[in-house]
Amino acid sequence: MTTESVEEFRHRARAWLAEAMPRLSGAMPDRLDDNRRQVERVLQRTLWEGGFAGIGFPAEYGGGGLAPEYQRAFSEESLPYDMPVSLNVPTLGILAATLVDFGTHEQKARHLPAILRGEELWVQFLSEPSGGSDLAGCLTRADRDGDLFIMNGSKIWSSAAFVSDYALCLARTNWDVPKHRGLTMFIVKIHQPGIQVEQIRQVDGSMEFCQEFFDDVPIPVADVLGEVDDGWTVATRLLVHERNAVGGGSPYTSGRSGGHESSGQDDSLAQMVRQQGRAGDTHLRQLVAEAHVRGLVGGALIQRVTSGVSRGQMLPSAGSLLKLFSATNVMRRYEIGLELAGEGAAAWPASSAGVAQRLSEATLWRQGLSLGGGSNEIQRNIISERLLGMPREFAADRDVPYRDVRRGGARG
Amino acid sequence: MEFVPNDEQIFFQETTRKFLSVHCPIPVVRALESAPAGYDPQYWRQGADLGWTSLLVPAEAGGGSLSEGGLMDLVLVAEEMGRMVSPGPLAPVNVVASAVAAGGSAAQQAAVLPGLLSGETVAAWCGEHPVEGVIDGENLLLSGLASPVEAGAQAQHLLVAVRTEGGLRQVLVPGDASGVTVTPLGGLDLVRRFAEVRFDQVVTTPAERIGADEDAAEAIEHQLQIACVVQCAETVGAMSRAFEMTLEYLGDRYSFGRPLASYQALKHRMADNKMWLEASHAVMTAAAGAVASGSPAAGEMVSAAKTWIGPHATELIQDCVQLHGGIGVTWEHDLHLYLRRTTVNRVTHGTPEYHAERIATQLLGAVS
Repeated sequence: MTTESVEEFRHRARAWLAEAMPRLSGAMPDRLDDNRRQVERVLQRTLWEGGFAGIGFPAEYGGGGLAPEYQRAFSEESLPYDMPVSLNVPTLGILAATLVDFGTHEQKARHLPAILRGEELWVQFLSEPSGGSDLAGCLTRADRDGDLFIMNGSKIWSSAAFVSDYALCLARTNWDVPKHRGLTMFIVKIHQPGIQVEQIRQVDGSMEFCQEFFDDVPIPVADVLGEVDDGWTVATRLLVHERNAVGGGSPYTSGRSGGHESSGQDDSLAQMVRQQGRAGDTHLRQLVAEAHVRGLVGGALIQRVTSGVSRGQMLPSAGSLLKLFSATNVMRRYEIGLELAGEGAAAWPASSAGVAQRLSEATLWRQGLSLGGGSNEIQRNIISERLLGMPREFAADRDVPYRDVRRGGARG
Repeated sequence: MEFVPNDEQIFFQETTRKFLSVHCPIPVVRALESAPAGYDPQYWRQGADLGWTSLLVPAEAGGGSLSEGGLMDLVLVAEEMGRMVSPGPLAPVNVVASAVAAGGSAAQQAAVLPGLLSGETVAAWCGEHPVEGVIDGENLLLSGLASPVEAGAQAQHLLVAVRTEGGLRQVLVPGDASGVTVTPLGGLDLVRRFAEVRFDQVVTTPAERIGADEDAAEAIEHQLQIACVVQCAETVGAMSRAFEMTLEYLGDRYSFGRPLASYQALKHRMADNKMWLEASHAVMTAAAGAVASGSPAAGEMVSAAKTWIGPHATELIQDCVQLHGGIGVTWEHDLHLYLRRTTVNRVTHGTPEYHAERIATQLLGAVS
């Protein structure tokens, strides 16, 4: 293809979207259940067939090979349409992005086109029941046996693993070195003998989270991503992608990156106030405006940070600013929603599944974004230490062979 | 698209920074507290020579800028002046010069622009406090009070918004016109001067009108947007400097045998402050870009910037005071200069609540 300007690309995308993609109907998005996931796989396939899947991914592996401006233009044009947004996080924005950075040619050729066609959903197997924020303190082990590694242990908080196909899994391959230096990242096929996936019920009733148990799972050496014992390098990059994707600054995601509720650009709060007949209430008007302003500021911050990082004027860890902003924004936005909903957040007619109900249930889940992908506290450590150069926290396990590090047993 | 300064703009910004550090360092700012105008006229002429006053005026009218329209250049000057809590009527002079260049007659331009651009004269903008106007034949009689007006007592020219039966109008009147009474006000900032400007049956002629009658409302809105962008840029500059001073202090200051910067409780607050600072910078730049490009979202983005930046700036600097400890609440330490400037900027050109209501009007309609 000859070089197409962003504007030409935008016009072509606009025409194609109108032709090929279904328009969004209701004000609220469908719940993410098995049906919805199937719909999104098909939508992703449609993007692929139209040549608009993975606009920022390398052309060699089925992507568009285009700069972030093209992806941004497509995302802007796609807003009125139903898009496979659940594939953005984690599959495209985090796992596929990490594959691009560390995969061998064979690994990329095998997985990236399949991902872009909607055939492979990926998740991350990072946190462990004993772990929490201390990701590198992982206890899941993979022991070398000829051309295989044999994996044993458990991972937790992996979203939607039960309906996904592959995972990137961090496991300890060397216990005689300090914790960061004995880890390896593996490509793991989820549905196979030896891996048991259990779903965890969350506060809002949904069953997104999973815990996996590994019992002598054989992993071919060819499925090591990056180098053996250098998995922390891969994990660190994966986390950068995660913060960007969750914060809205990923070059690999397509369509709106957060949910409707987190974007701040939707009309649901204003709509609720209008439906209540309280659009003239000065206090509520201030709150609706505040939520809207926060959305606009978040969007501007995403532009500033992504541009700063791509030009090398900001460190990649500036993605933590986006993650922290978006998490604290959601906290405030749900508080505003609760205040606007009033009694409607406590009780509603059986026949109604209105905005108030969705908002109040979502409020239970308010801290989710502040925990997943590195808690707000971890983001604040990263910002203060890596962006501001403040001294690092004391760590009792630094430079100690991992088998000698003291470990508790509490579930984290 | 994120604004990225080009090489010329970076050079221009560095020149401004150097000039301010040599000619108007903080001790000079402090000494100007007792100066009636709050600035030295010589300093203002030198700033004008650097281009501070000509950026929003087209070359054919004697101005000139590095970028299309010049607003992004002006943002860079304002940020630098914020960093040094500098004196001088940057916003009003630029707003009025731009309005005269856009809507003034050839005679008005010839009479007013050379002085403003050279820094020999200054202007005040009364556009956000419209006074009442009664049509009297060809003339317009002005009555009412505009207050607070930045540089009102220093200004040779006043750009006034007038509410008439037929809608808003704009007139440019001399600061010493008959019936105009200018009374200096006390104020929080050590060097930024405000005045109340009273109009008592001030007779203005058709030759004093600015622009076509039907364009006045839109022109005044545009002026407000420019004033807010300059103000927000200045605030962001002040926030940046206060943040840097505090980060440095936390590294230097020891208690219990370790630098303050090593305490996680303080690190986390600085992380939040950094996030607020970057977010403020981002929304200011986005607002400036929207105004510069004539985007239909300009009003919304400007009000978003005003709503967000004002409270976050003062909160950030108050936290800088807290992190400095007792020295932070002394006259001797410079932090209060930054707190003064950002507090003034928060509440003028519309409070955060005023701008939030503008956004609410867009989302929910006007309150009936």
